[in-house]
Amino acid sequence: MNQMSLIDRAVDMTHIKIAARGVNVYYGDSHAIKDVNVEIADKTVTAFIGPSGCGKSTFLRCLNRMNDTIDICRVTGDILLDNEDIYDKRVDPVQLRAKVGMVFQKPNPFPKSIYDNVAYGPRIHGLAKNKAELDEIVEKALRRGAIWNEVKDRLHAPGTGLSGGQQQRLCIARAVATEPEVLLMDEPCSALDPIATAQVEELIDELRQDYSVIIVTHSMQQAARVSQKTAFFHLGNLVEYGDTGQIFTNPRDPRTESYISGRIG
Amino acid sequence: MTDAPVSKPKSSLLVQDARTKRRNASEARFKIYGLAAIGIGCAFLLTLLTAILFNGVPAFKQTFVTLSVTLDPAAIEDAENSTLKTAKYKAMVSEALLAELTEVGIQTDMDPTKLGDMLSSATGDQIRTYALAHPEQMGQTVEFTVLGSSRVDGYMKGRVTREALANDKNLDAEHLDIVDQLAAAGKLSLKFNPAFIFGSDASEKRPEQAGLGVSVVGSFIMMLVVLFLSLPIGVAASIYLEEFAPKSRLTDLIEVNISNLAAVPSIVFGILGVAVFIQFGGGSLGIDALRKSAPLVGGLVLTLMTLPTIIISTRAALKAVPPSIREAALGVGASRMQAVFHHVLPLAAPGILTGTIIGLAQALGETAPLLLIGMVGFVATNYPSGFFDAFTAPNSAMPAQIYEWAKRADPAFYERAWGGIIILLVFLLALNIIAVILRSRFERRW
Amino acid sequence: MSQHIVSSYDRDLESIQALVLRMGGLVEASILDAAQSMDTRDLELAADVRRRDKAIDELEIKINEASATCIALRAPVSKDLRTVLTVMKIAGSLERIGDYSKNMAKRTNVLAEQRLLDGQTATLRRMAREVQGMLKDALDAFIQRDAELAEQVRLRDQDIDQMYNTAFREFLTFMMEDPRNITPCMHLHFIAKNIERMGDLVTNIAEQVVYLVTGDLPEDPRPKMDTTSLSTKV
Repeated sequence: MNQMSLIDRAVDMTHIKIAARGVNVYYGDSHAIKDVNVEIADKTVTAFIGPSGCGKSTFLRCLNRMNDTIDICRVTGDILLDNEDIYDKRVDPVQLRAKVGMVFQKPNPFPKSIYDNVAYGPRIHGLAKNKAELDEIVEKALRRGAIWNEVKDRLHAPGTGLSGGQQQRLCIARAVATEPEVLLMDEPCSALDPIATAQVEELIDELRQDYSVIIVTHSMQQAARVSQKTAFFHLGNLVEYGDTGQIFTNPRDPRTESYISGRIG
Repeated sequence: MTDAPVSKPKSSLLVQDARTKRRNASEARFKIYGLAAIGIGCAFLLTLLTAILFNGVPAFKQTFVTLSVTLDPAAIEDAENSTLKTAKYKAMVSEALLAELTEVGIQTDMDPTKLGDMLSSATGDQIRTYALAHPEQMGQTVEFTVLGSSRVDGYMKGRVTREALANDKNLDAEHLDIVDQLAAAGKLSLKFNPAFIFGSDASEKRPEQAGLGVSVVGSFIMMLVVLFLSLPIGVAASIYLEEFAPKSRLTDLIEVNISNLAAVPSIVFGILGVAVFIQFGGGSLGIDALRKSAPLVGGLVLTLMTLPTIIISTRAALKAVPPSIREAALGVGASRMQAVFHHVLPLAAPGILTGTIIGLAQALGETAPLLLIGMVGFVATNYPSGFFDAFTAPNSAMPAQIYEWAKRADPAFYERAWGGIIILLVFLLALNIIAVILRSRFERRW
Repeated sequence: MSQHIVSSYDRDLESIQALVLRMGGLVEASILDAAQSMDTRDLELAADVRRRDKAIDELEIKINEASATCIALRAPVSKDLRTVLTVMKIAGSLERIGDYSKNMAKRTNVLAEQRLLDGQTATLRRMAREVQGMLKDALDAFIQRDAELAEQVRLRDQDIDQMYNTAFREFLTFMMEDPRNITPCMHLHFIAKNIERMGDLVTNIAEQVVYLVTGDLPEDPRPKMDTTSLSTKV
């Protein structure tokens, strides 16, 4: 994991990919996210940590408007992607989600072949003119997903037949196949064993070359290992946001301190 | 092995304590209850099947008499000129029967007309139809296989006894002697009767001639209507309700009502069919196709009945598709519709199919609403003249036909009702087998 | 400081810190005894100091092992991580201080055979007592997480440096006065230098405590009063 060396962790905050300004999210009457302001840098891994129900996943899902599918969910404030408000009326969430890909907690390959899993996104977005181009996109995505060598001989076998870790990497390959600019990951390793987790973490670090990656995780060690920036959410508030090294050695807020060091309160 | 001292159990696992014993006993009791319940269920099912087979199988056989009839041109011309044409033909048959008897050496002094009571009243029509269709055979002797009367048939099947004939004015003991001798001579026998499966209904006087075929066509046409209306409507409604509709009071209300509709007695749908389709659609609006006894109307009524079933089962199938699949599709930038049609629907297809076929099977077995819209058994006397005519020509359906037979007085019809049930069950079985095959087909695609 | 949800984690951290305090106590005694043995030419006490150094070394190893185990099993972060890191650094510093005082005790044997001027060893003993006082305060600051006290300890290193400067000049003067003084004065100078080093190590401990409490090392350069390396002037 040479990329994760400490020297390399310096974050260039001059290229802001996503900026959230005064974001509030309500589920019916409950106030899930309270006035969150955050700036997420390009080509950086940003980790969202916090106890269950703190709103980190909710906030993540706001970033590609996945919350739109929930009727009672209401979002106020501005979320800017490349300085464009993604909650603007003119924005089509489908177009947005092509730019902001997502990988979920549970590996959820489609019950189709490995090839079709990866090819689905490019197909519906019309990224390939012909079969050869599509083949190329699929191979590239699977290579990026660090799973090409394992599946190249059985591209037409069902994706659901892979192991958990392979499935998750397949899902990552599927997400990168549409050439997104931001990759959201909602606890991508929570269902994986340590080896698969390490492989996915290595992959995340490689993806940082091209994407802005935002990862929600319950494992603070994982946040510490893969991210350059860490945001700590607590009861819907963004309590602390800073360089990962600083958050884990010297957090400024006592709530962060208690949470990451496993203390009561 | 270590030399560590062996610990002694606080309580031995080798001895069951009182609580465990009680628990095991109650478990064993429960298993017995369960087995008993299954046993009772199986016993009922067995009784049902035995009764159906025992009573119904004879309906597939019928008593036939082999006769040589000379098609005398003079007699035929005479018959054609009379008002009661078939009666004259019947007389010809009776003569032929008498001749047949003397030929095989059976002595009788019964008068030919009375002798003719042994044969079905349909034979006259049978000879006439043949004679008119084959003028080239005129003057020749043709061998016919004609139906025995229902009494003779009943005697052959053991349903009619000599004692019972004492009160019967159609047949007497002498007939039965002749029947016995004819059977011994091989001229009269029980044979498989395809006309029961493929024929049309007959009048109350001629149970031996009645068949289920036309009603089968009626049922089939209705199933077509139900399938092609309720499946697309039901699936579209379910997809909208399940995947797109915002959760509001209105959709809650719609949901509750759909569930309630599934429990509405079918007769209500029947009266609705009469009022809406026949009286309003056919009467007030003057749509000619919506007429009384038309399978099209029957199909529409059954569609109304089947829709809730299909909607409920389709929604259940859609609900059973894990949300992660939808999220995955949305996550790579599919629209909601793409997510549903590319991923959710294929996964829900087996469930939808099962629901649809259960709905169809229900509709296939439905009787009450059909009776209200006039699809009663006795209208199923003629095959429709073509595919489109089959939708509008008055017809019945299998269960309505069976009901019709069951309520007629003659025990010969009663036997046919049981036989009809066997055919109906075969169709239901076929539907279920199709469902199983389709489901396994779809499920094999992971 | 609130408790950990996993209470055995708290017990682990506490026991490691208790080891440090035990080690600190041994080192403090070692400093005082070494200085006393030098001052009173008590060879037996000196031998005892040298023997006791083994226990100090063993404690350091034990602390390092316990810290490594804690890092491996508990993956401490933030304050807990700083605690473990500080403990390891303090243990290292204490071990070095112990070595210096053992060295002082060793030289006691040589000095016992030398003719000494009055007051020379007493100055060094005072100096050693001052260092011991600083060490005690540094360890108190560590256990009470008192950055202010640690900061004070850090500043007191100036006094030690000044005392060393004075002793350095004195020894020079003695040696210039009479070449026979050179051997004892050289030994005494080494002892003085070692005590000055102990002071630096105590300062390190104090700085580590500041880091432990605040998360940052003190930024301002530590005031240095040991000017002997800078001036050629006597």
